Amino acid sequence: MDLSAISPTLLVASLMVAATPILLAALGEMVVEKAGVLNLGVEGMMIMGAVTGFVAAIETGSPWAGFLAAAIGGAAMALLFGLLTQVLLSNQVATGLALTLFGLGLSALIGQGYVGIKATSLGRIDLGALSDLPFVGRVVFGHDPIVYLSLLLVLGVWAFLRFTRAGLILRAVGESHDAAHALGYHVRRVRMLAIAFGGACAGLGGAYLSLVRVPQWTEGMTAGAGWIALAIVVFASWRAERVLVGAYLFGGITVLQLNLQTAGARVPVELLSAAPYLVTILVLVLISVRAGRGGAAPADLARPFHAST
Amino acid sequence: MIRLERRPTPSRAWGAASPLLAVALTMMAGGLMFAALGKDPVEALRTIFWDPVMGEFAWYFRAQLLVKAAPLVLIAAGLAIGFRAGIWNIGAEGQYIVGAIAGAAAGLAFHPSESVLIFPLMVVCGALGGFLWAMIPAVLKVTLGTNEILVSLMLVYVADNLLASAAVGWLRNPEAVGFPGSRNLAQWEASANPELIAGTGMHWGVVAAVIAVIFAHVLMTRHLMGFHIRLAGQAPRAARFAGVAPARLVLFCLGLSGLLAGLAGLFEVTGPAGQISIDFASGYGFTAIIVAFLGRLNPLGIVAAGLLMAVTYVGGDNAAANLGIPGAAISAFQGMLLFFLLAVDVLSNFRVRVGRGALA
Repeated sequence: MDLSAISPTLLVASLMVAATPILLAALGEMVVEKAGVLNLGVEGMMIMGAVTGFVAAIETGSPWAGFLAAAIGGAAMALLFGLLTQVLLSNQVATGLALTLFGLGLSALIGQGYVGIKATSLGRIDLGALSDLPFVGRVVFGHDPIVYLSLLLVLGVWAFLRFTRAGLILRAVGESHDAAHALGYHVRRVRMLAIAFGGACAGLGGAYLSLVRVPQWTEGMTAGAGWIALAIVVFASWRAERVLVGAYLFGGITVLQLNLQTAGARVPVELLSAAPYLVTILVLVLISVRAGRGGAAPADLARPFHAST
Repeated sequence: MIRLERRPTPSRAWGAASPLLAVALTMMAGGLMFAALGKDPVEALRTIFWDPVMGEFAWYFRAQLLVKAAPLVLIAAGLAIGFRAGIWNIGAEGQYIVGAIAGAAAGLAFHPSESVLIFPLMVVCGALGGFLWAMIPAVLKVTLGTNEILVSLMLVYVADNLLASAAVGWLRNPEAVGFPGSRNLAQWEASANPELIAGTGMHWGVVAAVIAVIFAHVLMTRHLMGFHIRLAGQAPRAARFAGVAPARLVLFCLGLSGLLAGLAGLFEVTGPAGQISIDFASGYGFTAIIVAFLGRLNPLGIVAAGLLMAVTYVGGDNAAANLGIPGAAISAFQGMLLFFLLAVDVLSNFRVRVGRGALA
């Protein structure tokens, strides 16, 4: 094994790329859960974003149109979930699972004519001399716009939840929908908006996979990324800045195991491929040791709201 | 203005009618989907739902129905018990894979013996494999409170990699040069799970599914454990006051569903699939979630739901061969069915009122 073949600069740079889809999806899901809704359909929304984004980018020739379509596709799937859970008051866990199963099937159907085509990728932002700096240039100034967008989004969500009135209302709805309702806030409307935002973020994350990271469409290409995003929300104890830490940690593990595979480490390939999932379990275990039962979860998470009761 | 008014108790009539309504709605939406694909919707629905059961070649398809329904019913019967208690094992796919690997490994260790004890040993090891794989989220849940949904799901991906390493590495057939996959278990007499009555598709997995359904039915309606499970699902607080230990329920429900999923995997690998190969995982563990809900989490309903889902598999293959409808359309169709079912369920818990009523 030749560990020196692994360049730390490239490792950090590719870590950020690998983490971005999960970061976007986890950030959206965190807002949804802050509003008291558990949407287990992240995987389904991501893969729908991946396919709609890819198809739109191929048909229009513009990756930006792809990302826009992906956000709309993800949000449309999320609103389907919202309609069922908020208006028709179905069980959130079951509906989220349904969303994932449906999304995996529908995306395969939509994408069947697009397998094996290569997408036009997003260019890196070129900042001239800054991008040529050693290490810092590649890691800080050498990414595509979506990486920066995801970081801005982390900042935006953090500030929104912490400093704005709307953020306070959203948190109130998540902690006690009855109290929020009694104060005259529209619980269902707030939750629908949060769900749509979560779906759009998951869709963007999915499109980042199919348009930048891979960049191709293959059936089931999210391979559990949506579920890892859900785990990261728990890991982050529902805080935006920790979502960033969690997502980059997982990006790091993914990239490291890929690098170890190519460097020919004397570890079975299957064990390396399973590493991100094993680490997710390990992290969930460590979190539950630390937080005890319940922990920092919003108090009304996954509880249905009906104004008559 | 349309309002929903909560019923004091869920309506039994709607509870029974909603799966039928959901199936009808799914067929309509599915027809639209097929029309959008440029196929004749009536022709497509007939190919999927009518031909396998009543059509010209139904004698061939009917045998396939039991082969597809057996693992679905076996897994769903276990999952439904957990879902009743609010314990979400969604990693049945992983337990199914590990059950198949554990059972196959136990049998292959004695190759080429022809002892009659080998198949029973494999059955026990398959069940044990699924059970132990499900015990990982169960033990983590009861000792540390770790979320069982995420852990059981993550273990599906770990099981997938375990399957890959078994197929290309430690369980690979040493006599097949260059080909991945284990020895053919269906062709080795000591390990084969053959068709018991020719032309029916009935194998030991079907027998096990029938036994599991009867067991689950008795458990849920006649046994104290079944009462505790239903109580914990409907009124967790009341259950705690009544002395129901949540930890025991978690271990029992996850263990049982893992055991049944492991059995399903073992019967599949020794019969219809024949060997441990990279593409052994077929998604039965996920489809079984739909089957469990479609069957109203009721063991007898699950049999009907499993058969219906088997029809969509067999009919879907038929439609793919004859009409060129892509296989993915069938999984979209199955997902749609679960959506409609959950949506229609609002009618059993709420009354729909039109007009302005008195404010509560």
